[in-house]
Amino acid sequence: MRPPLLGSALALALGASPGFAATIEVTIDKLVFSPASVQAKVGDTIEWTNRDVYAHTATVKGGWDVMIPAKSKGRVTLKTAGAVDYFCRFHPNMKGRIEVTP
Amino acid sequence: MFTRPTAALAALFFVSAAPPAPAAEKPTDPQIAHIAYTAGSIDIEAAKLAIKKSKNKEVVDFAKDMERDHEAVNNQALDLVKKLKVTPEDNDTSKALAKAAKEERAKLAKLKGADFDKAYIENEVAYHKQVDAALETLLIPSASNAELKSLLETGLKIFQGHEQHAEHVAGMLK
Repeated sequence: MRPPLLGSALALALGASPGFAATIEVTIDKLVFSPASVQAKVGDTIEWTNRDVYAHTATVKGGWDVMIPAKSKGRVTLKTAGAVDYFCRFHPNMKGRIEVTP
Repeated sequence: MFTRPTAALAALFFVSAAPPAPAAEKPTDPQIAHIAYTAGSIDIEAAKLAIKKSKNKEVVDFAKDMERDHEAVNNQALDLVKKLKVTPEDNDTSKALAKAAKEERAKLAKLKGADFDKAYIENEVAYHKQVDAALETLLIPSASNAELKSLLETGLKIFQGHEQHAEHVAGMLK
């Protein structure tokens, strides 16, 4: 139990201090974004780790488009506040959401 | 006009759906592996034709996605059958699929430009829909090996994704 508690306490402390940007991890496994929904702050980075042998994207309609090659990673730094729904252009049945606070 | 491969799958589907389904109609794992691999290969062949013939960027990009994904699925299938020491077994469904797909490719090969693009993408939508149905109602429930079942389930998500992708491209061609 200790490491997760310490981890979240650390994340909380970092999140609370202005100027510290966090990296939020999202895993892709068998065409599923996990966790499907994450919360972040402007300036944070979302990093997707693709465990599939298939290439994916994280794409926001009319917004950013991140390529996530097979067995690789992709990342985006969040610049604006607001909730965004994203999907994979290659497999539009894959969906995720990011709630970005200022 | 492009209904033959899908008709073969539909036949498979209806046979299994007709009650009471005799136990003998249920495909075995070696047959399921063969059917799934054949279904993937058919889409790869269609994609290769589209990459060669189409001048439409959206269509070519889509075809490249199909080629890449289905090669990845089929490679995983080959690795799995090797690991499980299963020899994929040819069967009437695979034969019907392969024969019909060959005829469809011949028809597609005669078309040009926008006619080709439209026919290819429309066939992709229909074909993926039919494969989805076959996977969902027959192949996945019939698979007895857990790893084969899991691969088919991932395959279903890929096929469903492709169907939506194909519908999106079809919408752009209109």
